[in-house]
Amino acid sequence: MRITCPNCGTRDRREFYYQGDAIAVHRPDVDAGLDAWDDYLHNRDNPAGETQDLWFHEAGCGAWVVVTRSTVTHHVQDAVLAEKVKR
Amino acid sequence: MGYSGFRVIKEGLFGQKGWKPVWRDPEPKAEYDAIIIGGGGHGLSTAFYLAKEHGMTNIAVLEKGYIGGGNVGRNTTIVRANYFLPGNSEFYSYSLKMWEGMERDLNYNVMHSQRGLINLFHSDGQRDAFARRGNAMINQGDDAILLDRDGVREHLPYLDFDNVRFPIYGGLYHPRGGTARHDAVAWGYARGADQRGVDIIQNCEVTGIDIEGGVVKGVQTTRGAIKAKKVGMVVAGRSGQVAEMAGMRLPIESHVLQAFVTEGLKPIIDHVVSFGMGHFYISQSDKGGLVFGGDIDFYASYAARGNLPMKEHVMDAAMTLMPVIGKAKVLRSWGGIMDMTPDGSPIIDKTPTEGLFIDCGWCYGGFKAVPGSGFSFAHLMATGNHHEPAAKFRLDRFRSGVGLMDEEGTGSQHNLH
Repeated sequence: MRITCPNCGTRDRREFYYQGDAIAVHRPDVDAGLDAWDDYLHNRDNPAGETQDLWFHEAGCGAWVVVTRSTVTHHVQDAVLAEKVKR
Repeated sequence: MGYSGFRVIKEGLFGQKGWKPVWRDPEPKAEYDAIIIGGGGHGLSTAFYLAKEHGMTNIAVLEKGYIGGGNVGRNTTIVRANYFLPGNSEFYSYSLKMWEGMERDLNYNVMHSQRGLINLFHSDGQRDAFARRGNAMINQGDDAILLDRDGVREHLPYLDFDNVRFPIYGGLYHPRGGTARHDAVAWGYARGADQRGVDIIQNCEVTGIDIEGGVVKGVQTTRGAIKAKKVGMVVAGRSGQVAEMAGMRLPIESHVLQAFVTEGLKPIIDHVVSFGMGHFYISQSDKGGLVFGGDIDFYASYAARGNLPMKEHVMDAAMTLMPVIGKAKVLRSWGGIMDMTPDGSPIIDKTPTEGLFIDCGWCYGGFKAVPGSGFSFAHLMATGNHHEPAAKFRLDRFRSGVGLMDEEGTGSQHNLH
């Protein structure tokens, strides 16, 4: 699997650390309540198909990248810097 | 249909032509007392124990493919009870005892082989941790023996004991651990359930779950609507999709775990050997193939196949631990879809919908849990009460933070297990 880093181009998966679902960039407010925090920390759509997840280009430019890819084929469709996705 | 030594000899003399299918292929009825979604090991054993222990025989197992075609036929067949934390410890202890009586219960040879499992350690600190784990296992009533270096050498003379990075200091020996023939476990439970009247319906995919006023009424399937008073979801890696039909989001991410098998070789590895520092474990099947694997690939996946970095890592670990197998040729590799929870421990619980139950989150350890999970889930579905050995596998422990079972001690977070 190769991931297209917006800064570095197409790189081997080994260069990246996988954080998990891209929900990670949408941290709720501190007082958002138990449901919001439970959803943020634990509950997942866990789709079989297109998903967005957060990867860290650890052995590259050090950017956090939101990757759109298929969990069924491992095909990477798109990757953008996390700072551009964050609400 | 019974099995006996006499029957095996007789069929052998007459070209094995007398064997008949051992479970029916029924059409789904319009209504059942209970439906199990998922004809894997856990679903089939749940149906078996619902019928055997609770007299519920008007039930069906719905399987979208063929039984035994999912994780129960794709795992590395290891059976053990070497857990540490309350919750896991009593459950896996219970499950291992059920394995020890399974073949008699089913009158079916699942080739359960208690060949012993050895977890290796490579430092003083790791020895202390394994001594503590061994004491926990003994306190639970199971077996554990702390081996020193010479003790390991008696069992596993072929290891590289003087590896520069990971010299072998000893191992925690669990004599009752071992392996079983994974397909036979699915077949044995299917046969036993069928004999007790359970309908096993293959090629029947559930496409919807009918809920009215917070109460489950049945399911929609590719073979029509089926009513049921109780529905159990036992679909492992597909738990997210099935639970979504009931309006639930689960604390589960599905990941890929790879496994490998070599060409058949003469007997060399008599035990199950686990090399935690390399996330590597290995055993030898009765056909002679070396069966081994490592850690998950660590990204969400339903591909049922992995990528090269983890393959390389597993081969590296194999060569570090036992260079003797370096010339063995890998015959095939594959991936299973693992339902990973944040703390790495499973869920057997009710859901917010009345009559709807869930059994999931077995991560990469579901095979050894097949009898215990089926027994405990059947108990919950039939009586509405949690079965004591599985009573801590609650769905709400993540939300509340109470009762988390993080066996690895790495934190209760999705990307850590």
